[in-house]
Amino acid sequence: MELFTNQVLAGIATGAIYACMALAVVMIYQAIDHLNFAQGEMAMFSTFMSWQMMQWGVPYWGAFILTLALSFAGGIIIERLLFKPLAKAPVLTNVAGFIALYAIVNSVAGLIWDFTIKQYPTPFGSSPFLGSQLISTHQAGMIGITLLMLILLFVFFRFTRVGLAMRAAASLPESARLVGINTSWMIALGWGMAAAIGSVAGMMIAPVVFLEPNMMLGVLIYGFAAAVLGGLTSPFGAVMGGFLVGIFENLVGTYIPGVGNELKLPIALALIITVLVVKPAGLFGRPIVKRV
Amino acid sequence: MSAAEEVVTEAPAVEAVPKRAMTLGVGTSLVVLAALVIAPLFVKNFIIFQMTMLLIYGLAVLALNILTGGSGQFSLGQSAFYAVGAYTSAILMEHVGMNYALTLPIAGIICFGFGFLFGQPALRLSGVYLALATFALATAMPQLLKLGYFEHWTGGVQGLVVTKPDAPFGLPMGQDMWLYYFTLVITIGIYVASVNLLRSRSGRAFMAIRDNEIAASAMGVDVALYKTLAFGVSAGITGVAGGLGAIAVQFVAPDGYTITLAISLFLGMVVGGVGWLPGSIVGSAFIIFVPNIAESISKGLSGAVFGVLLFLVIFLVPHGARQVAIVAQQMLGKLKKH
Amino acid sequence: MLAINLRLGAFAAALALLAATSSGAFAQKKYDTGATDTEIKIGNIMPYSGPASAYGVIGKTEEAYFRKINAEGGINGRKINFISYDDTYSPPKTVEQARKLVESDEVLLIFNPLGTPPNTAIQKYLNSKKVPQLFVATGATKWNDPKDFPWTMGWQPNYQSESRIYAKYILKNKPDAKIAVLYQNDDYGKDYLKGFKDGLGDKAASMIVIEESYEVSEPTIDSHIVKMKATGADVFFNITTPKFAAQAIKKNQEIGWKPLHFLNGVSSSIGSVIKPAGFENSQGIISSNYLKDPTDIEWKNDAGMKAWNEFLDKYYPEANRADIFVMYGYTVAQGLEHVLRASGDNLTRANVMKQAASIKDLELGGLLPGIKVNTSATDFAPISQVQLMRLKGETWERFGEILSDDVGG
Repeated sequence: MELFTNQVLAGIATGAIYACMALAVVMIYQAIDHLNFAQGEMAMFSTFMSWQMMQWGVPYWGAFILTLALSFAGGIIIERLLFKPLAKAPVLTNVAGFIALYAIVNSVAGLIWDFTIKQYPTPFGSSPFLGSQLISTHQAGMIGITLLMLILLFVFFRFTRVGLAMRAAASLPESARLVGINTSWMIALGWGMAAAIGSVAGMMIAPVVFLEPNMMLGVLIYGFAAAVLGGLTSPFGAVMGGFLVGIFENLVGTYIPGVGNELKLPIALALIITVLVVKPAGLFGRPIVKRV
Repeated sequence: MSAAEEVVTEAPAVEAVPKRAMTLGVGTSLVVLAALVIAPLFVKNFIIFQMTMLLIYGLAVLALNILTGGSGQFSLGQSAFYAVGAYTSAILMEHVGMNYALTLPIAGIICFGFGFLFGQPALRLSGVYLALATFALATAMPQLLKLGYFEHWTGGVQGLVVTKPDAPFGLPMGQDMWLYYFTLVITIGIYVASVNLLRSRSGRAFMAIRDNEIAASAMGVDVALYKTLAFGVSAGITGVAGGLGAIAVQFVAPDGYTITLAISLFLGMVVGGVGWLPGSIVGSAFIIFVPNIAESISKGLSGAVFGVLLFLVIFLVPHGARQVAIVAQQMLGKLKKH
Repeated sequence: MLAINLRLGAFAAALALLAATSSGAFAQKKYDTGATDTEIKIGNIMPYSGPASAYGVIGKTEEAYFRKINAEGGINGRKINFISYDDTYSPPKTVEQARKLVESDEVLLIFNPLGTPPNTAIQKYLNSKKVPQLFVATGATKWNDPKDFPWTMGWQPNYQSESRIYAKYILKNKPDAKIAVLYQNDDYGKDYLKGFKDGLGDKAASMIVIEESYEVSEPTIDSHIVKMKATGADVFFNITTPKFAAQAIKKNQEIGWKPLHFLNGVSSSIGSVIKPAGFENSQGIISSNYLKDPTDIEWKNDAGMKAWNEFLDKYYPEANRADIFVMYGYTVAQGLEHVLRASGDNLTRANVMKQAASIKDLELGGLLPGIKVNTSATDFAPISQVQLMRLKGETWERFGEILSDDVGG
């Protein structure tokens, strides 16, 4: 029983990582209506920028804010420069564009900062949290930050004009244009926000997994899975999805005899797909009805 | 969030390609065929090997094209089918001692079954959800191949070394050249069969589903059957390609069939032009040669150079090689009029 | 150089009558494809891109080292033409690149291609073509198999013998240990695990209480550590690559699991594992090495280390000196330099293999004191010695003798 509790707690701790990334995934999905494969790499690059600033002597929160701003700007620039010209191209061509972006960012980061792992500081410390050795203060802080971002996003999409306009622009672009929304800039804004959220995710994840150019590879797979499980239209669902995947995966690895440990990712993914077959819009997403 | 149900007119992920435009004219086909037949006589063995790989990846891209371009289903899991085909051939050759040529239809049939079964749950998924499901399959496959339970057959993490066949009947040609012509014959056979499939009743059903699933089912197309069938056919062809790949490379190991392969095949399809079957070979050339070009430009930044080249291609021709072919055709047409 | 020519000259003179019937060549220069009077072509394959790109620095270091050799006049008057290709760690691509090197670039040999699966993919091809596959960059045991694969030779101490050494240490010093093993689920991890079990012998089944594997795609290995702690194991054998090794060291500390910790040599770098994981978390860890760790202050004034630094200053200034792979690439390139110098003017593939198989007590600046390169016609494992070490403060304290436990393929 103790092992069970421990694995659940450890699952929540890793789940926080997935939840953080899943939020960024949902953000971009809300803005452009598909998934961005380069999202993890963009987050990794942002994290490296903040690391570099700290190496140059900028204090943690200074670097944090600066990175947030730079990532926001960077996201907008990438959209304007690389993806706006592809706006009229087929969706699959856009996906190829994401893959190209992935290759570029990964390779450039490797050249600048090489592939050895780097220690990344945490503002929360890493002592046991509330007496439990399974969750450190950093992980608790990360959960806190994730929940804070979730509330901000919820307010943004629900109550601000820009947020509502962005949702409209993503789901019904033609109608949105008719009511005077500049859909093109909404997309750019979405990219910027997704990049900023991704950078927060990166900076929260790096102290746990160590900073290196390939650090987001695994995280992104889990982030996607979490976001899809929770429902791509729901930030709340994404965060819940993150925690569920984290717990899920640990229990599979611990309790399924024989293959559980070796196949915990495939089994976790298979379970998610089963959920999707039953509930195609995810656990917390809105059902979608198609029109002929 | 609002509880109201969202109603969307989902734009099809893949643009409609009229079935006539899915192939090449007879003249062009013959020229390409002649080039493929004659070229190996003048080049080094190594180039012949590369050309064999070009055909093999071309087949795998073609298979994806039938699935995505034909029936509108998206897959990031082709590497899994490719791996199953490769391992089927390798195991039959090395453990059972079967002739290499006989292993290929078996690889194809096993993969067809596998794809058909996988298509069942995939039926209820579309768009990003299907992407995730197929992606899951691609990440799971190398881990399955490594499993201790199958190690006796698969060689586990060490993989299996495969013997390369000699030319039969005492034909005076090297192993590479024989394998090339062998592959060429299979490729042409599958290509012709695919073209005919897409022109047939089934092909029209695929395309009706691609263009509008609900309308297709309203018109009496058995959507479930044809969607799973498309998965099966695509997986079967990929399996044959995988088997050929194992024979050409003489080695199978889990590291050769990661998600990277699935992504490469996907890029090959986009570059070649989604839904345009002859483009498969162009896409295949892209995924084999462009990384080589990228690394000759810069070792440290080969990934970045590859990304930039890919961006250039999709900026210039967002519809892939098909777009080039259409433009060329129009220009030729104009010339003829003058 | 001169001395060799004189000796060969004398030898040739003795055979003058015989030689007169052939083309009358007295120089006795012999070449295979890839070698001429002015140049030696060396092929190499590395994952410069893709998931294993961390290893790409090995190829870059080697390239820099051969630039140094060329700037200093080459080997026996011949310049090294080092051609290195990217295979992204994918075996089918390795085959393509190896064939390109052999058939199109026409290299004399393929040097230090990286990774067990890529090397397995090209081993049969290179042996059938009789092209040396020299000093492969993998620690698998199977490269030491001169009988079946006379054209393939390893380089570094193999994984199995390293873990046998830990096993022996445990049997001797902690015979009642309850051991938890964490290993990467690939050829590297399984090789280590096998050697470890072989080393424990009959007692393996009773001593090892849990064998836990992880995939490289996992973001963290936290849950494995939690699971291993729950077994109550008091010895931990950590078979992980640098990132996961650092995670494990840190996590152990966080959850308060304090077993006797054995860390595989792959991840013993102070700069890229121990320091990021925290020195305070790493005290007492036992590991082993054969290379000098450039980030270990012990070597600050070492002559070999100084030479390494001078080389990097001049030919590879952007290198990360905390990266153990830079030291690896430098050392193995020196190994090849030795073989080519020994081959003299007889640059046939057969002679290169012969010279590679007759290295006696070669000491290189990057190797730990006392560790020597040795090969013979039946021993294709050039470096087979390591030394145990324990982390104390900010440096590894080596202890015990130089150990060797050769395992054949």
